[in-house]
Amino acid sequence: MKPARFDYIRAADLAEAHDALAEYGNDARVIAGGQTLMPMLSMRLVRPKVVVDIMHLPALRGIEAGGNGIRIGAGVRQAELLAWPGLAEHLPLLNAALPWVGHAQTRSRGTVCGSAAHADPSAEIPLCLLALGATIELSSRRGRRRVPAADFFTGMMTTARAENELIEAVHIPGKQAGSGCAFKEFGRRHGDFAIVACAAIVTAASVRLAVGGVADKPVLRDFAIDDGKPLDEALDAFAWALDARDDLHATGRYRRELVRQMGRDTIEEARRCHA
Amino acid sequence: MPRLTAGERHTVRFTLNGRAVEAQAEPRMLLTDFLRHELGATGTHVGCEHGVCGACTVEIDGVPARSCLTLAVQTDGASIRTVEGLAPEPGRLSVLQEAFRRHHALQCGFCTAGILMSLDNYLRRQPNPSEHELREFLGGHICRCTGYVPIVAAAMDAARRLRESPSDV
Ligand code: FES
Ligand code: FES
Repeated sequence: MKPARFDYIRAADLAEAHDALAEYGNDARVIAGGQTLMPMLSMRLVRPKVVVDIMHLPALRGIEAGGNGIRIGAGVRQAELLAWPGLAEHLPLLNAALPWVGHAQTRSRGTVCGSAAHADPSAEIPLCLLALGATIELSSRRGRRRVPAADFFTGMMTTARAENELIEAVHIPGKQAGSGCAFKEFGRRHGDFAIVACAAIVTAASVRLAVGGVADKPVLRDFAIDDGKPLDEALDAFAWALDARDDLHATGRYRRELVRQMGRDTIEEARRCHA
Repeated sequence: MPRLTAGERHTVRFTLNGRAVEAQAEPRMLLTDFLRHELGATGTHVGCEHGVCGACTVEIDGVPARSCLTLAVQTDGASIRTVEGLAPEPGRLSVLQEAFRRHHALQCGFCTAGILMSLDNYLRRQPNPSEHELREFLGGHICRCTGYVPIVAAAMDAARRLRESPSDV
């Protein structure tokens, strides 16, 4: 339960972080809050040659609300976002979901972008980023690009990040006027990873549900509101499409049932706060 | 750029319970081991060593955090409080510690240092918690002995006493 040896680089600016990633690629791991990387290091699931600490880069520290939404830098801790005064107004879905992320004692150091980088299929933050249509801002020595969350999460703990790229921030569109949202999660204990987690966003014209914990990445479905099919049928089809598997925590069948029931509850709650 | 080489020991300095300390650590050394083995501050316990149990909780720059999920080298320049820093003076326990004793909120004591550090911080920020909020916050800790009931009772009692005489610690 001790990490294998690595060099530790405390990057003083972005260029240094980019240089380290360009030089070491997959043999480098970025550390910010460390709440997902440290267990992986200690269990030796990863054995990087260098660990690059980005928490000393002032450029990554801020939460900025602008016309195009909210930018959350890679150095922003989950507790910081939870305490951000604009959260309930601009990002009500994250306001509802963040208390489910780990525990107060891990949110104090864990970052929003770190959770996105780790891409655990049952983690709450990737699920919300997908539901909200967020984009991930990646940068490297070569330049900068933004990838929609739907393309960023590619599978079990894998993302579209190239090995020389750093996640610099996530951009989340602000709350759409007249929309309602809700978040629900089922797990064995509060603070555990979700067995199933649901995020719903409802407007007058659309119903969107994103589900985590079932497939190998969070999955999103937009339901047509009046295609004549009742919602339950559409949810059932969605539940089957997620290809739920049995594991230690729950059977696939149980997960499907949670998607049907909790999915409906989440959508209804989102409707209520939309109304 | 500061680069600390694997396998070599590097000086790490921080403030521990108000006192400047320094010792040597390899980049891979966990803060738990640094506190216990290099600084001799063995009050902080190590349970799971991967962030699940909460035994190793300390306060880093004013917030409770898992010292097993932190590299010693990450805390260079930080301010750290551990269970050794709770008692206001030798021979006198803090209000919270005293409440733990009164309510038998510990049996083997393995989880206690971490829980005390979490609760000490929590009660300063939230002097009047509901039992529900308190239990949610305690969810970040595992205690295999007490069943949590006496821990909750001790924390609620300490919160009440601290509200009544806020100058106590
Ligand atoms: S030893 Fe750190 S959380 Fe268990
Ligand atoms: S008192 Fe033994 S684990 Fe809590």
